[in-house]
Amino acid sequence: MRGAWLAGAVCGASLAFVLACGSNERASNAIVVGHVASMTGDTATFGRSADQGMRLAIEKINAAGGVLGKPIELVTEDDRSVTEEARTAAQKLLQRDQVVALLGEVASSRSLAAAPEAQRAHVPMISPGSTNPKVTEVGDYVFRACFIDPFQGAVMARFAVDDLHAKRVAILFDFKQDYSVGLAEFFRETARKLGAEIVADERYTSGDIEFRAQLTTIRAAKPDAIFVPGYYTEVGLIAKQARELGIDVPLLGGDGWDSEKTIEIGGEAVEGYYFSTHYAADSDSPRVQAFVTEFQAKYGATPDAMAALGYDTAGILADALTRAGSTDGAALRDAVASTQGFEGVTGKISMDPQRNARKDAVVLRIEGGKFRYHKTVSAE
Amino acid sequence: MENLLQQLLNGITWGSIYALVALGYTMVYGVLKLINFAHGEVYMVGAMAGYYAAHALGVAGTPSLGALLLVLVVSMAACGLLGALIERVAYRPLRGADRLAPLITAIGVSLLLQNAGQLVFGADPKFFPALLHSEELVRVGGIAVSNIQVVVLATALALMAGLQYVVQRTRFGRAMRAVSYDAPAAALMGVPVDRVILGTFVLGSMLAAAAGILVGLSNPKIDPLMGLMPGLKAFVAAVLGGIGSVPGAMVGGLLLGVIETLVTGYLSSTYRDAIAFVILVLILLVRPTGLFGAPQTEKV
Repeated sequence: MRGAWLAGAVCGASLAFVLACGSNERASNAIVVGHVASMTGDTATFGRSADQGMRLAIEKINAAGGVLGKPIELVTEDDRSVTEEARTAAQKLLQRDQVVALLGEVASSRSLAAAPEAQRAHVPMISPGSTNPKVTEVGDYVFRACFIDPFQGAVMARFAVDDLHAKRVAILFDFKQDYSVGLAEFFRETARKLGAEIVADERYTSGDIEFRAQLTTIRAAKPDAIFVPGYYTEVGLIAKQARELGIDVPLLGGDGWDSEKTIEIGGEAVEGYYFSTHYAADSDSPRVQAFVTEFQAKYGATPDAMAALGYDTAGILADALTRAGSTDGAALRDAVASTQGFEGVTGKISMDPQRNARKDAVVLRIEGGKFRYHKTVSAE
Repeated sequence: MENLLQQLLNGITWGSIYALVALGYTMVYGVLKLINFAHGEVYMVGAMAGYYAAHALGVAGTPSLGALLLVLVVSMAACGLLGALIERVAYRPLRGADRLAPLITAIGVSLLLQNAGQLVFGADPKFFPALLHSEELVRVGGIAVSNIQVVVLATALALMAGLQYVVQRTRFGRAMRAVSYDAPAAALMGVPVDRVILGTFVLGSMLAAAAGILVGLSNPKIDPLMGLMPGLKAFVAAVLGGIGSVPGAMVGGLLLGVIETLVTGYLSSTYRDAIAFVILVLILLVRPTGLFGAPQTEKV
């Protein structure tokens, strides 16, 4: 008993020593940046892709001499795709690692859980891909590198009505995710304004696997298109079950579809469907093509939108650090806020007064098991 | 009307999965008066075993009925073993102990399997290989019947018929019914009670494995925590039908599936999970013995 106690104490002490050494060493020669990410769980590809994009960007920045004469070190904390865990992960990074900036999350609900922590600690946070407007409303330390859902929802509503000539549209959204609820709302609003009728408005919960009941109700309403602003895991299953029920009108979605998993799960069922997102990997822009080549060389995969946004997010931060000339929270916040015309792979990024990046959206079509560029919708 | 029929078809298919899982609860309760809360996790392991078996046997990319059957058999065998192991390690040592002890152990086994599952299989969801190429089989009016729905229903019904045969017509089934009726008396008559209980666990676990494969076939996303909710729902289904009653579990499962589908289709999916537990409370208040659980009814 006593031996065990002693062993425990020794272990504890040595652990504390190791931890202390670790953080001291870090602080002296690297700028530590935290990344709250869903590295595992239901939307694992979001966190992993964003992390890969960020690491690629940071590797390049460090190879070119880093910022303020120091290399950047990225510490990633997994939140297992669970909303409450995002908050804990942010706390860990802020308190344990004393990060100078927080990157992440992709999912809006999880960014909303993490953002108050960054705001309270006066550490700037930049979300690569949270599109719900509420995220940056948390406070003046919270930014995003992407467009917001009122724009994205309007893009898809316009696409449904103008391009697909849909008069009757149905919506199937995830009412547990702020992202999905918000996107559905903005889509509904614009579609109505454009004269389309919302003939069915159904909901599901993240983690559900059975959607036939909702889809049967939607089928009975005879829509011309169905808007499914969910995340890829459920979208794949929804597409499959929709086809089985004989639904042959197109499904439309948002950037939550942007993962190779959509195709892995959905297979042939997602063929011919459209979604809006931040960038197209098959764009002919030389900047995008250089990024895709570098990403493929490092990871052996085509970067999805979250990878591109992760890459840009790290770039925006490095740019702001250089302009701020210090890692002080307030100075860094002001520098991020004054980002103007930053040339990213997802477009030219300028922060608006609400700390959102104004950017164009692209619509992709799924063809032959690949995402194909379909059209660009300007932010104006 | 055709909408309602489509919903009923959806509900019965979905409910047949609950029914298969509920059978395991009810059989174990029958012989042991124990709610085996680890049963939902056996269903999860069934789906996982199917996933790995399909990849190991190289049938993941070649959809056919044979592939499905092969994976089904392998997974059922694996879960049969797991069921035997759980009974032997976690419950048999507690035979004769207070009724609360095995119940707590059951919850322990459930948590162990959930967390071991995350460790072994990883916390990420996996996508069950398409063992059948999904296609619309027939279309009667507005009702689309897919081959997957037919296969799920047919497999579930065949297994239930098989179980009914085992319970009613075989020596083992008679022994099971005897143990369920009065275990000490059965023991005095020379029925090997421990072996019968072990066999009951094996049988129940095999059915749960089948449910895991069928869900992988029709709703191909599986993860280590997937057993939690269906486990609880199947428990509700077993109570609804009358815990301890084999036909009760079948009807309870199908009924719960239909109710959930109708609630989702005509009210809102927000109530889908709540409805099962509302039913549980109502049944316990109004008719605690469930639909088929009248005291005179034969128990298994």
